[in-house]
Amino acid sequence: MIENRPWSRLLSHLILIIGVFIVALPVWVALVGSTQPEGSFNSGSIPLWFGDQGVQNWAHVLFAEAGSTLQIPVWHLLLNSLVMALGITIGKIAISIISAYAIVFFRFPFRSAIFWVIFMTLMLPVEVRIVPTYQVIANLDMLNSYSGLILPLIASATATFLFRQCFMSIPGELVEAARIDGAGPIRFFFDILLPMSRTNIAALFVIMFIYGWNQYLWPLIITTDDTYYTLVMSIKSMLSVPDGDIQWNYVMVTTLLAMLPPVAVVVGMQKLFVKGLVDAEK
Amino acid sequence: MRKSMFATTVLGLSIASSSFAATEIEWWHAMGGANGEKLNEIVKEFNDSQTQYKVDPVFKGTYTETMTSAIAAFRAHKQPAIVQVFEVGTATMMAAKGAVYPVYKLMKDTKADFDPSAYLSSVTGYYSDVDGNMLSMPFNSSTPVLYYNKEMFKKAGLTTPPKTWEEVAAYSKKLLASGAQCGFTTGWQSWVQLENLSARHDVPFASNDDGFSGLDTKLLFNGPLQVMHITKMHEWQKSGIFSYGGRRSDSAPKFYSQQCAMYTGSSSAFGGMTRNAKFDFGVSSLPYWASEVKQPNNTIIGGASLWVLQGKDKAEYKAAAAFLHFLSTPEIQAQWHQFTGYLPITHAAYELTKKEGFYQAHPGTEAAVLQMTASEPTVNSRGLRLGNFVQIRDVINGALESVWSGKETPQAALDTAVKRGDMLLRKFEKAHN
Amino acid sequence: MSVYFPQKKLPYLLVLPQLVITAIFFLWPAGQAVLQAFYREDAFGLSQQFVGLENFVDLFQDPLYYKSMVVTMVFSFSVAFLGIAVALWLAVMADRVIRGRMVYQTLLVWPYAVAPALAGVLWWILFDPNIGPVALFLDRIGLHWNHFLNGDQAMILVVISATWKQISYNFLFFLAGLQAIPRSLIEAAAIDGASSFKRFWDIVFPLLSPTTFFLLVVNLVYAFFETFGVIDTTTQGGPDGSTNTLVYKVFKDGFIGLDSGGSAAQSIVLMAIVGLMTVIQFRFIERKVQY
Repeated sequence: MIENRPWSRLLSHLILIIGVFIVALPVWVALVGSTQPEGSFNSGSIPLWFGDQGVQNWAHVLFAEAGSTLQIPVWHLLLNSLVMALGITIGKIAISIISAYAIVFFRFPFRSAIFWVIFMTLMLPVEVRIVPTYQVIANLDMLNSYSGLILPLIASATATFLFRQCFMSIPGELVEAARIDGAGPIRFFFDILLPMSRTNIAALFVIMFIYGWNQYLWPLIITTDDTYYTLVMSIKSMLSVPDGDIQWNYVMVTTLLAMLPPVAVVVGMQKLFVKGLVDAEK
Repeated sequence: MRKSMFATTVLGLSIASSSFAATEIEWWHAMGGANGEKLNEIVKEFNDSQTQYKVDPVFKGTYTETMTSAIAAFRAHKQPAIVQVFEVGTATMMAAKGAVYPVYKLMKDTKADFDPSAYLSSVTGYYSDVDGNMLSMPFNSSTPVLYYNKEMFKKAGLTTPPKTWEEVAAYSKKLLASGAQCGFTTGWQSWVQLENLSARHDVPFASNDDGFSGLDTKLLFNGPLQVMHITKMHEWQKSGIFSYGGRRSDSAPKFYSQQCAMYTGSSSAFGGMTRNAKFDFGVSSLPYWASEVKQPNNTIIGGASLWVLQGKDKAEYKAAAAFLHFLSTPEIQAQWHQFTGYLPITHAAYELTKKEGFYQAHPGTEAAVLQMTASEPTVNSRGLRLGNFVQIRDVINGALESVWSGKETPQAALDTAVKRGDMLLRKFEKAHN
Repeated sequence: MSVYFPQKKLPYLLVLPQLVITAIFFLWPAGQAVLQAFYREDAFGLSQQFVGLENFVDLFQDPLYYKSMVVTMVFSFSVAFLGIAVALWLAVMADRVIRGRMVYQTLLVWPYAVAPALAGVLWWILFDPNIGPVALFLDRIGLHWNHFLNGDQAMILVVISATWKQISYNFLFFLAGLQAIPRSLIEAAAIDGASSFKRFWDIVFPLLSPTTFFLLVVNLVYAFFETFGVIDTTTQGGPDGSTNTLVYKVFKDGFIGLDSGGSAAQSIVLMAIVGLMTVIQFRFIERKVQY
């Protein structure tokens, strides 16, 4: 053993605990804040210990309404977020795994041109081209629809890029062996490539799910019908009270609620996610 | 539980999708929080009151996001019939002649019941053209007032709120001596401490009658009055009389937590005050400099108004007109005014509120109305009409912050702000000729 | 890879869905943005005027644009440096402990899942100069905190909010990297009598350098582009532009300022910068794969 002095291990634990504490601080405030009566945020300082309004606050948000101006129940927002996140995740993984497959395992004219066209999308995040993208969606009559929420966010090369990295590390002998066995590209894809990229797909699933779930500006802009509102953007409606005061206790409940599903996905799929993520970059 | 909720939603959806003969129009707004709930209630009342029209209220985020979404939607031909635009967006909306349907014209074309003189002139002035025609319908208007902590005042031996800035300084010294941490803090500094300061002392904020009579406007807020006021505030900041707490209403908690004994902010913050201030507080008019004027002008408004957009059909405009008429009825206006703390926009609503005894029951709520109606607005207190005003406010906030942090002198900071603001105005002018 | 499938038509079919999506939802709007850079338009798009390069000339004469460039550099490198340093430290600690490594990993990994907009809201309220507990604590120990006024403090706030999320990600990579280092190497050094600090710098850190460099690039890209939500929910670029990064400025000028031409010109400059960065990143990752 290298580190056999107990104090050094104790010190390591101590530093880690401090780290965990600092990382958790904002969420602690949210958790505590979600149990406070309405006024306790604006007078004095933010409470650091639980109040007695927890049940009422949570019940209010869960059963009364989500953002105070929205007239749909919060589970509907959750559902929309889920549809959007899953749509983006599945859509992106599906189109990028096949395009990465084509780019790595085939040689065809314009291959690198196509790769660069796809790759360019990494350069301009949606925020930067938001108005023209909105116009495109409007022209296609996709405002207030799940496809409008999902499709523009699929147009990004991150997943294609990661799959390409992963496929490039697959030895050529495998392809050769498959060809000798008489397996065509389709069978190779389903029988060999897909099983081999399981962990990468899992990692991407987590990354994309979080990316989709956490979208904020885009749903805000293209939805006008609250049956398509998502949970993260509903926070905005609670924060933008032009001259009144913010109901921080409800904001905190909704914030926790909005971070719960992606956190559950990350923690639940932690092993696969970590493995896939770290391997993909190697 | 879940089952019944599901059932009601399905029911709700099927009602929403089954088409009535009613004409439906959308109204995009920026009212979040409790005010948003009230807004929904009012719309529901309208929808229930008749069967011809149906208004869909759509929350679109902050004022800025609401306006930009509406503009983006207009460019894509998906605009709502009515959109709520904050006061600083007024010039942009006005200049877009092909995009907006002026309210006075709408009311005339649809032969709706509409009497411009029923509205408070200090409110409608902000939204009217040079000939006095109302271009948009005022909806939620507020004006700056002074809130003061009666208990802290008592402790310092003070009985009345300060009327002038001279008194604010003198009172603050007493308050500090009696243990207060600061005399006063302010919300919305550009609006309260420069725009309203200029209006109240009948000094122009910008040329062209504060931008009403042309696009080649130049900013004038680096004049002697404004520089004097900001210099004073900077001195006060150093001696603890004034404490800065943010650009918007971020500083209100300084008042709630009794660090500061006074707060100059929007009259519409009254609701929040009642909920958050755990002490007896009073509302008074925005101070003025006794050394500069004997009788101050009215203050100018903030808040937002409703604009009708072009590109809809006749039936939809009839619906819009009917809805705007409904919003102006004394009952609805009085309800909105009393719930939110925004100003009543018609004389009738004010009278009704008075008759109902609201002002007696809630002392202080009348201060803003009285201050708005005390005098007829002059060219300097009608309001401001500046293109790119959102960014100009940003520039002003930056300049004031560089004064508060001691980086620049008041004169230098305001001069730079005027120069930068003029560049924004030229840009706006170029895009609109 | 040197063996390929011989099919000629199939690959086109496979890339088609992504190409179609890219063309409709990326190339089309991006092309429109490029066109807009040469026009002056009013907000509603009612009048349009070709102005050639005027938007670009205005941009490069604007001192605020250069300020925004400096802000972006300071911000990006601070986020990358802080995120890497903290994560590395925590990973080294986690690598040392025997029990509970997975527990720590779980407790440190979840912020990765939190929306930047939500993270911004939470840090904003923690540091609020009027009510935030951290700000009040700093005040008590004599450090006057007011990020509404003090540009440097505002920068610190956005750096912390943006880094928070990134620590998780960096931590995972460092921990994996550390665990891949053969124990025998370190044990050999320990037998030689090297102190644990020296062992780290002389042996462990050099072995981690590919990971570190990779993370540096990833973190810079993150700070550049994905911090929009953080800045929007905390400082909105203020006070006086001291947290106005290039990406946020594009959004602010175009979306809030309604200056489509000026904003589009900035997008194009940004595209050029990012194109350069991407090529560098690409080359680097390519080389790394060849190992």
